[in-house]
Amino acid sequence: MNSDTPSSAGQLAAKNRKTIRRLWLVVLGMFGFGFAMVPLYRLACEVGGINGVAGTPAGRIAAASVMPVDTSRLITVQFDSTINSGLPWEFHPLERQKQVHPGQQVAVKYYVKNLSDQPIVAQAVPGVTPWQVTQHLKKLECFCFTQQTLQPGEAREMPVYFMIDPAVDKQYETVTLSYTFMNTDRDAAPKPEQHAAMTRRIP
Amino acid sequence: MSVATAHDDHHDSHDHGPPKGWQRWVYSTNHKDIGTMYLFFALFMLFFGGAMAMYIRAELFMPGVQLANPDFYNNMVTDHALVMVFGMVMPAAAGMANWMIPLMIGAPDMALPRLNNLSFWLLPAAALMLILSILAPYLFPGSGGPVNTGWTLLPPLSIQNGIGMDFTIFAIHMLGISSILASINIVTTILNMRAPGMTMMKMPLFVWAWFFTALLLIAVMPVLAGAVTMLLFDRHFGTSFFDAAGGGDPILFQHLFWFFGHPEVYVLLLPSIGVLGLVIPTFARKPLFGYKALVYGMGVLAVLGMVVWAHHQYTIGMSLFATNYFMIGTILISIPVGLMLMNFIFTMWRGSMTFETPMLFGIAIILMFSFAGVTGVMLAVVPADMQYHDTMFVVAHFHYALIPGAVFGLYAGVFYWLPKWTGHMYDERLGKIFFWWTTISFNITFFPQHFSGLAGMPRRIVDYSIQYTEFNMISSIGGFLFGLSHLLFLYIIIQTIRGGKKAPDKPWEGSQIGTPGLEWTLPSPPPFHSFTQAPVVK
Repeated sequence: MNSDTPSSAGQLAAKNRKTIRRLWLVVLGMFGFGFAMVPLYRLACEVGGINGVAGTPAGRIAAASVMPVDTSRLITVQFDSTINSGLPWEFHPLERQKQVHPGQQVAVKYYVKNLSDQPIVAQAVPGVTPWQVTQHLKKLECFCFTQQTLQPGEAREMPVYFMIDPAVDKQYETVTLSYTFMNTDRDAAPKPEQHAAMTRRIP
Repeated sequence: MSVATAHDDHHDSHDHGPPKGWQRWVYSTNHKDIGTMYLFFALFMLFFGGAMAMYIRAELFMPGVQLANPDFYNNMVTDHALVMVFGMVMPAAAGMANWMIPLMIGAPDMALPRLNNLSFWLLPAAALMLILSILAPYLFPGSGGPVNTGWTLLPPLSIQNGIGMDFTIFAIHMLGISSILASINIVTTILNMRAPGMTMMKMPLFVWAWFFTALLLIAVMPVLAGAVTMLLFDRHFGTSFFDAAGGGDPILFQHLFWFFGHPEVYVLLLPSIGVLGLVIPTFARKPLFGYKALVYGMGVLAVLGMVVWAHHQYTIGMSLFATNYFMIGTILISIPVGLMLMNFIFTMWRGSMTFETPMLFGIAIILMFSFAGVTGVMLAVVPADMQYHDTMFVVAHFHYALIPGAVFGLYAGVFYWLPKWTGHMYDERLGKIFFWWTTISFNITFFPQHFSGLAGMPRRIVDYSIQYTEFNMISSIGGFLFGLSHLLFLYIIIQTIRGGKKAPDKPWEGSQIGTPGLEWTLPSPPPFHSFTQAPVVK
């Protein structure tokens, strides 16, 4: 009806079908292209280094400010955990100690579980022994930076990222990093009269 | 019996007009009716998205948080963009394509009339989905907050969003399918349905503009669909395409989004350039200057537009090589765009110009879009962009690009073709009032935003520091006037549909100067079925 004769209408329909098939191929190809970009983009970034400022002046300054790793010696870092009384939590590191080079970035995880039927907010307080190393142990990320809230029965693995400054004196071969978790709810903490034996520092 | 029925049907199909009632619209396969529905849908969304803009300007009238919470504000910023881009500009341009392309090239209808019906009726469904995404936090309490990511939907925020984000993703899927289907239809129509003698290089510029627009849409819409699909997978199916916690890369989403998003700018712009290519020669009464250069220019623009996307992401920390490449590519774009504007200016040079409403819009577009081009080159330059990034300066820039570049082009088209569509002349006096009202209030709204942006006011934030108060008050007053002017636009359209001076077949004296479109050989309004016998172009 749209054209003069049935045969030319048929020809037009065939021609249209051919065009449409080609256009659909483009559509499907581009849809696939989006997904193909996932590995291709990663490859392009690794090979071409386009996704980063490493080669730029800013990148060189940033690289220079990163501490060099001192591979000539190893320091043993021991991980310790303490729960302050009045906090019904389970708390321990997943590994007891690690050998690290000064300047090397290290990750370690602590396990924590709320054993009570109450949500509890607690705060971890870090300590470094010997104390002279404190200024050389740089924590990049730590669960002790913020308060931790655990729901009843909730368990969690919490990371600490740190490195030891290569400027640390050679005499320190073993360092202990310890954490003490405290309940932030002062009422839940033990009262002096209930725990007469307990020594408390009164400010 | 079957023979008799078949005979009756055959007989009817030559004579009957459109079916009566709702069936005419819901079952429509007629390009004119579908075009009309597209245009009315766009008009509705113009007021919907405009209402959001009014809320945004009311909130920014004074510093502090006055009307609603910041999440709602960011939701409105997000949906204002989505509604205006996908719900208003694209359907309006598609409506004009549906109406005019078959008439211009002498085709009886679009190549795939039933697909055409589907592409339109996906739109109201998508709009409903988008409205649901706004309402989701209230309909399903506890399902998460509103979609507050901005139209770029960047992860990780979009991965953490509530159920509203899922509705937005599905809305984008449907809008994407709709425009892909419409684009396939348009390309097929242009390639295969031209009347004998209507060669590609004789087509009116509007048809060429839509040809490139449709090709761009076919190339980039699937990439957006893929990107939001990956987003959906990250949200619900435990994948980590963009989730850094699982080894994904949120920056990859930015690349995928802007690989779509930058060509999308040309998708919005090109149909209006096509309208300009008809309006300017008509009212200058001179053939288009450099028709071939314009066609090639649009082709170059479409290709260049696909390879410069990362100029939206200078601040993400790309290598210097990549940044340089995207900067140079972006600045190169000013060459084809400048060529187009120069062609339009040379078309007007020594023409016998008259200043009817479409021509007024045409001239205003050339002036104001050039302005957006200049701020665009500023933003393309990396060291400058590092300062302008995410400030109100960017907001001013892209509103100068999109309102004159896309929306005013559509207004010019509406006034240019209203006599052809309705058979009535619109009220020229009201048209001129509307032009001056919108143009002046648009500039009051967005010009001060250049200053507040250069002074450092960030975009997409509900509150601002008190030193920006005056600029924002001026901007808001302009915005309310701009919004109000559209009531007059609505009135003019309704008045023209209901009656008015009878429009002749060629309502404009210069109608057929330049490219030989066939739309003016038909009466105004054209019959329900036109060009059932293919015309021959000499």
